[in-house]
Amino acid sequence: MTEVTKIDGIGSSVRRTEDKKFLTGKGRYTDDINRPGQVQAYFLRSDVAHAEIKSIDTKAAQSAPGVVGVFTGSDIAADKVGGPICGWVVPCRDGSSTKEPPHPLLAQGKVRFVGDAVAVVVAETMEQAKSAAELIDVDYNELTPVVDFVNADEGAQIHEEVPNNCYFDWELGDESATNKAIESAAKVVKLSVRNNRLVPNAMEPRSALAEYDSLDESYTLHTTSQNPHLTRLVLAAFMFAIPESKLRVIAPDVGGGFGSKIYVYIEEAVCVWASKKIGRPVKWTADRTQAFLTDCHGRDHVNDVQLALDENNKIIGLRVDTVCNLGAYLSAFSVVVPTILHGTLLSGQYDIPAIYTNVKGMATNTVNVDAYRGAGRPEATYLLERTMETAAKEVGMDPAEFRRINFIPKDAFPYQTQVALQYDIGDYEPHLDKAMEMIDYSNFEKRRAEAAKRGMYRGIGMSSYIEACGLAPSAVVGALGGRVGQWESASVRVNPTGTISVFTGSHSHGQGHATTFAQIVADKLGIPMENVEVIHGDTDKTPFGMGSYGSRSLASGGSAISKAVDKIINKSKKIAAHLLEASEDDIDFKDGKFVVGGTDKEKAFGEIALAAYVPHNYPLETLEPGLEENAFYDPTNFVFPSGTHIAEVEIDPATGVVEVVDWAACDDFGNLVNPMIVEGQVHGGIAQGIGQALLEDAHYDENGQLLTASYMDYCMPRADDLPSFKVGYTNTPCTHNDLGVKGCGEAGAIASPPALINAVIDALSPLGVTDMSMPATPQKVWKAIQESQSVAAE
Amino acid sequence: MEIKDSYELPLSKERVWAALNDEQFLKKSIPWCEKLERRSETELAAEVKLKIGPMSTRFTGNITLSDIDPPNGYTITGSGKGGIAGAASGSAKVKLIEDKATLSTTLSYEVSAQVKGKIAQLGSRLIQSTAKKLSKNFFGSFVKQLEDMDKS
Repeated sequence: MTEVTKIDGIGSSVRRTEDKKFLTGKGRYTDDINRPGQVQAYFLRSDVAHAEIKSIDTKAAQSAPGVVGVFTGSDIAADKVGGPICGWVVPCRDGSSTKEPPHPLLAQGKVRFVGDAVAVVVAETMEQAKSAAELIDVDYNELTPVVDFVNADEGAQIHEEVPNNCYFDWELGDESATNKAIESAAKVVKLSVRNNRLVPNAMEPRSALAEYDSLDESYTLHTTSQNPHLTRLVLAAFMFAIPESKLRVIAPDVGGGFGSKIYVYIEEAVCVWASKKIGRPVKWTADRTQAFLTDCHGRDHVNDVQLALDENNKIIGLRVDTVCNLGAYLSAFSVVVPTILHGTLLSGQYDIPAIYTNVKGMATNTVNVDAYRGAGRPEATYLLERTMETAAKEVGMDPAEFRRINFIPKDAFPYQTQVALQYDIGDYEPHLDKAMEMIDYSNFEKRRAEAAKRGMYRGIGMSSYIEACGLAPSAVVGALGGRVGQWESASVRVNPTGTISVFTGSHSHGQGHATTFAQIVADKLGIPMENVEVIHGDTDKTPFGMGSYGSRSLASGGSAISKAVDKIINKSKKIAAHLLEASEDDIDFKDGKFVVGGTDKEKAFGEIALAAYVPHNYPLETLEPGLEENAFYDPTNFVFPSGTHIAEVEIDPATGVVEVVDWAACDDFGNLVNPMIVEGQVHGGIAQGIGQALLEDAHYDENGQLLTASYMDYCMPRADDLPSFKVGYTNTPCTHNDLGVKGCGEAGAIASPPALINAVIDALSPLGVTDMSMPATPQKVWKAIQESQSVAAE
Repeated sequence: MEIKDSYELPLSKERVWAALNDEQFLKKSIPWCEKLERRSETELAAEVKLKIGPMSTRFTGNITLSDIDPPNGYTITGSGKGGIAGAASGSAKVKLIEDKATLSTTLSYEVSAQVKGKIAQLGSRLIQSTAKKLSKNFFGSFVKQLEDMDKS
């Protein structure tokens, strides 16, 4: 792997092979698929946030034109179909476990958020289903909605099983050591931050098409999933109590997920159920409003931070008290996001001798909150990097130097944090230095002065983040409350002519696996990339696997492929040894050829493949014919990408508009397989982070009505909101996977919000502004400028 | 949501009050009203068709009159269901103040309203402007009808 010369091997920016179909509009998404006899499902959703259902009258809808069936919660209950489950729970401080209330597929007796499904209408066309749904009369007894999650414990109880609307009250770290550090500190920096609520906004809305085969008594479900095998497992084992073999789940082309398509939602389960009930294929596709209302949202935390410093400005303790909003029901990974994925990140890149955190997860009458690009790690990074910047300013140090003196030194790895993680490797000063150089940090004050002449406020802000991704190993995940394994699978099939079919348990919904994974195989086998096809997303084709989330595909899925290819090479050597009449130990494999060391005797990889399938001259007594290998790879640790992002902004005091004028991102992702794809991931991540920091905010009013349920009110970043990014890398290869890779999918979204808000505050610091909440909208920024000026005038 | 506004009408207080209590007259003043029927002294049934932003919806609902203080004002409370567009409920305090000198009456109202479902999701920020537009239309035709009656 040290010799990277092939143009399509590891380290080469090969163009994405999948883009031809996507760029020409030929992608095949769930909603593009139609089955003979198919009918359409439409869900009648609650327009009140919290209510008892007194009655549902579906009579008129039943006899409306085109209607095939109208079903409510009682129909689901009669068939004893279970609801979605929580995939990870944590213990509470009082020794109890996470409270897991049931989540019925269709409301039973109560609705708990605006968008909660009350009934489903199945009709010949979507228009007929929608029209019939208008005829359903639901009589509600409205209850007081709980919207303010910080005070949700004082609100009306949403679930019988969840006293004080608190799903869990979890802690991590050494509380007494941390409190002692705070008490003995030379300085304690205090900060309260809020991580604004976001809507994932995948370009393709969720969709499901379910079909029942009565002869086979089996189901086929096409759905927008990031992990079809987990979807099958949950639906078969926990909801329908059928053998997995009776359910095939296909996630064809999927147009973005960002976490929102990890979970099994009620809609696909209802489609599966209705397909048997009705005896016809049932399709459902969300419109954009339904996506806003029912896709799991992200973030929504408030954090109180106390950072203790000694007299040399070294950090001696960190305490973080967090309250987070989990919404009306517990979604699959809603519990792990603000706890394990958040609390364990609190050491950041810093050597902190005492850390304690408490997290309370609250129920509210809002849609479920779960993983969204970064999942817990952006929230941890935001509070930490906002605090680091604030602390640096309070003690009068340059923020870069304050970070530098607190970095974990490079000779301290492997480094055991006080919050459970052990970082295998890292080196933080090089990416800080490089990012500062990329943005010309040392000359910033000149640029600030120049901007001031133009009447603009210019600011600079940074964020040195760490990310823990590729969750692992399974045993640790299990000990922490995870209910699934965290390994990944691969099956590598060498076809008789030497072409390769790779079956991965990962799932691609924009990441470019067909390219990246093919590069790995091509590199290892010394064959052209065109000879490698990557197959994913179909439980009938691929081995059981966990899918894609948490930046795990390359570190876990790519490593599994690498291991399977190693097995192929080992078996090929045995075949080559036989064909070349040499000892296996004397066979070298290089550039796609098996060579007897020190001779010119060789066999090409294709010849070995053919011999394996046409075993006329083959050691059948000691070796099986064929050439196909599986690997199941359970990583021994998380991978720890890190980096420094620096944002530079200009603010127009007349309008409050924040313009992002420059951006330097220097990341350590370990080895890069396809730098172009990595750069694309960095760009996308930063764009989403800029969206969170400046524009996006999901807002419920006090009655639990989602007011930002369309693009008129929910502001997404556009090209003209973004600068041209400067992207650079450092590299400390991961020590525990063969490829030396980390993850890059979420880093941009993790690193960018604090860098940008730090820059906004820095720009306004001459006015005395010391805080700014996300999103820093023109209105908010303008108000801060006006208030500071009126204070100055007094 | 709170909406406050007032209109000066070139009419006596008694005249305005009588019109405000004549459902046939009211119905004619509300072009988007498809049905307005009196059920009792204080109760009416209504059906209106409204366009809010991108949504066109028929609301059916009940209206109750309370705090009736002839000829000075009353409170109208109503709730309506608009099918999949959602629902709306609210109340309006209507007050009439006469200016003897100019022979005009100022009608002021204070509305507090809640909207649910699609109207809230898509139209919340359009409601204020829609409500203003509708009330302007209403009072325009209200006055015009009274004037036409005077002429005939």
